Amino acid sequence: MATTEATTNGTMPNDRHTIGISFGNSNNSIAIAVDDKAEVIANEDGDRQIPAILSYVEGEEYTGQQAKAQLIRNSKNTVAYFRDFLGQDFASIDPTHSHASAHPQEHESTVAFNIQDKADSETSTVTVSEVATRLFKRLAQSASDYSGKTVNSAVITIPTNFSDKQKAALITAANNADLEVLQLIHEPIAAVLAYDAKNEHSGSDKVVVVADLGGTRSDVAVVAARNGIYTILATAHDYEFAGTALDVVLQDHFAKEFIKWNTTDPREEARSMAKLKLESEATKKALSIGTNANFSVESLAEGADFSSTINRLRYEMIARKVFDGFSRLIEGAVKKADLDVLDIDEVILSGGTSHTPKIARNMQSLFPKATVLAPSTTPTAINPSELQARGAALQANLIQEYEAEDIEQSTHAAVTTVKHLTNAIGVLSADDVFTPIIAAETAVPARRTIHISAPAAGDVLIKIVEGGSHIKISTIEPKPKDEADSDDSDDDSDEEPEEQREKVWKVGTVLAEASIKGIKKCGKVEVMINVAADLAVTVTAREVGGKGGLRGNITAP
Amino acid sequence: MSKHTEVELTLPALPQGWEAEGNFKALGKVTKATERSIEPVGPHFLAHARRARHKRTFSEDDKIQAEKNVKKVEDDDSGEISEPEDPMMLSRDAKDWKAQDHYAVLGLSKYRYKATEEQIKRAHRKKVLRHHPDKKAAAGSTEDDGFFKCIQKATEVLLDPVKRRQFDSVDERAEVEPPSKKLAKGDKFYKLWAAVFKAEGRFSRTQPVPKFGDANSTQEVVEDFYNFFYTFDSWRSFEYQDEDVPDDNENRDQKRHVEKKNNNARKKKKTEDSARLRNLVDQAMAGDERIKKFRQEASAAKNKKKNDKEAAAKKAVEDAKAKKEADAQAAKDAEEKAKVDKEQGKKAKEAAKAAVKKNKRVLKGSVKDANYFADGAPDAKVIDAVLNDVEIVQGKIDPDEIAALAGKLNGLKVKDEVKAVWSEEVKRLIGAGKLKDGEVKTLV
Repeated sequence: MATTEATTNGTMPNDRHTIGISFGNSNNSIAIAVDDKAEVIANEDGDRQIPAILSYVEGEEYTGQQAKAQLIRNSKNTVAYFRDFLGQDFASIDPTHSHASAHPQEHESTVAFNIQDKADSETSTVTVSEVATRLFKRLAQSASDYSGKTVNSAVITIPTNFSDKQKAALITAANNADLEVLQLIHEPIAAVLAYDAKNEHSGSDKVVVVADLGGTRSDVAVVAARNGIYTILATAHDYEFAGTALDVVLQDHFAKEFIKWNTTDPREEARSMAKLKLESEATKKALSIGTNANFSVESLAEGADFSSTINRLRYEMIARKVFDGFSRLIEGAVKKADLDVLDIDEVILSGGTSHTPKIARNMQSLFPKATVLAPSTTPTAINPSELQARGAALQANLIQEYEAEDIEQSTHAAVTTVKHLTNAIGVLSADDVFTPIIAAETAVPARRTIHISAPAAGDVLIKIVEGGSHIKISTIEPKPKDEADSDDSDDDSDEEPEEQREKVWKVGTVLAEASIKGIKKCGKVEVMINVAADLAVTVTAREVGGKGGLRGNITAP
Repeated sequence: MSKHTEVELTLPALPQGWEAEGNFKALGKVTKATERSIEPVGPHFLAHARRARHKRTFSEDDKIQAEKNVKKVEDDDSGEISEPEDPMMLSRDAKDWKAQDHYAVLGLSKYRYKATEEQIKRAHRKKVLRHHPDKKAAAGSTEDDGFFKCIQKATEVLLDPVKRRQFDSVDERAEVEPPSKKLAKGDKFYKLWAAVFKAEGRFSRTQPVPKFGDANSTQEVVEDFYNFFYTFDSWRSFEYQDEDVPDDNENRDQKRHVEKKNNNARKKKKTEDSARLRNLVDQAMAGDERIKKFRQEASAAKNKKKNDKEAAAKKAVEDAKAKKEADAQAAKDAEEKAKVDKEQGKKAKEAAKAAVKKNKRVLKGSVKDANYFADGAPDAKVIDAVLNDVEIVQGKIDPDEIAALAGKLNGLKVKDEVKAVWSEEVKRLIGAGKLKDGEVKTLV
């Protein structure tokens, strides 16, 4: 993936102090892994979600929450939402979110901001790379303060659609902040890793949908996890349905409330708007935790204070369009991967917006067969805002002992590009029911073993076949009404035939047949399938506890 | 690896005669695989990398080779906006958003109602990148965000399924005008009308919409098509053309009035639309050569049936008439024949009667010729007795026997010969039991 890993400050592996950084448009977070356990570090303000904002007041630099507060009074000298500008030319950036802060400018084939970052009144042009470097320095400083050692290397998460240029720009920015970038990892994979490190049975085969719902963008990835090897099957990106869209809903709501008692629209004046925006975001966060939230701003507009409350139900109602947008986006990503909602085993909600309970509920109804990992549906869920930083920290912990060159060679495309099975491989039972042993989209080489109980003594046939899944749609006729209790029933309306969708296996090519003779009663048969990198298959079968067994080869296609 | 999965299932029993070397038979090959990129993350990947590398180092060339084969999961975000932007459109005012063509604003006018949500999002993003006012301001031009607002409004409408439907409902640019009769001739008829109905079909609640077909479509297809459009279930609605309802808390009555007006207008438009569609279908059907063809075929088939039926009826009538005539003729013939027979019978009878009379005269004459069997002049008594007996015999025998007897007697004049014939006759009659012995003494 990242071949441009810089070795400029090639720290010796022994001297490395590594952190994981989730470097976002809206927020950053840093995590450190100690003994295979990752922990997200709070900065000096006590925030674990550090707003990715840099602000200058008379030459003094502020970051995080303190900088965010400057959006109201000092927006011209505050840089926000700039991550996606890295490594881009001016023509291809979307300056929408930076409207309420320092505006991006075109500057020598890159993007820059005109800010007054010195005590004197001169404004200087700071490139986006420089801004990122300054922010990295602050993040590293926070981590160093926490751990007591100078942090000098990091694993950083990036969206799946980052171009090579963007990656290079990010690495340069980090290197300039004296951070060696060990690896750039994809955000959804970091989230999966954070969960898999927690579970003992991380080796299971599953299809995971990672919905990373952030502040300014939403990214969805459909990931096939096969025995700890992850493959991205499809991705979807969206810049309309994201956290700020929910903020806008609340802004509009409270702005209308305000207009009811006052004459001006707070959205028309920049400072009022900034206040409205900040408080709306705070209200949104409060609504993810409680069922009621306050909204109160001093001197919102025309010097009038404003305070109001909103309950969660109302919020969910007025923001329904945005929630529906999320659902459509995620469903679209699953379709793009040529899968059905029933094929999904797990849904990981990541990113700050994922705290919203309604989104988790929508996911649960969209994916009836899947586990939705979000705070409101699963009590053991990890804080969605911290997932990526944790994953990055775990990866950092894993690779920090390796030489930079070693890491580069291992992440080389020649290593990461492997064949993936098109169909599942499994065995047929007596009544021709397919049971998968190796799932489709498994990276080869792969090996799986299953134990099949054979209740009857005697000889058995093991048929190794390929199987494809498809969705069977059957309509259930409404139950005929019971004559006994049909006294004036009022539920006539929902008597439409219901559609039931279920996943069934279709038996494909027969790959091999094998026989095991003379099995004892209640014995067990062990079947091991080993698919080599060139798709040659080795099948071994034996009776558990028995002697001998057999071994057969299927040649590569 | 000691890890294994337990599976509950019954393995099939080994079929009879299954035999293979080493108890294993390879029968097929694994389907070709997809090349994908695995994520270089996690402990299991480290193991994989170790296995894959085996202390080998890869060159840049290997990387390029490997990357070429990988199946793409990321879409290409670049690419230009294909549609040129009309300068008139760029100077639009967003306040007039109801009159704006949202698809054209986003550069999607060739897709219109067919544009996917993904396409809309992409188009929006491209337009934002180009037209964001902050960018223009940075480039030094005046702060003019008119068109940007148009873009935002267009996206807002098109990304909201409800609003998009409302807009699509009144999107005249997606409509296809019905062709004039002059234009729609021959094969062009099907092409032009198919386009019209394809556009109309977008409003259908039931999808897919049947196709218009071409000159060779079967009757079933054509009938299905017209039936579908005659019972068209449309989602088309006309909220988009509503008059603006005045903002709340100003004048409630006015608001209600406008709402009511809007509602009525919507209903009216909906009715008009249904009528329009019906009219359209009528028009198409009227000009549809296939319908004419089917009608002709149907009427030909019907006529054939009718003609057959009529001919059969005619034939039946004629047959009946002929039969009746034949019957009458036969009756007449029979009658005539009977009449002739009767006449002939009468004649014969008369003839027979005459013959009998004649024969009887012969019989009587014979006894007279035999001088009443008396020697010399017979007295009256003898004559009487003989004649009486002759009468008795005559009464006992039928005309044929009389004729036979007459035949025998005819020409005989001698007394004894006559007597012998009579005596023979009387004996025969006595033998036959028709005469009693001694009843006719004179003739023995």
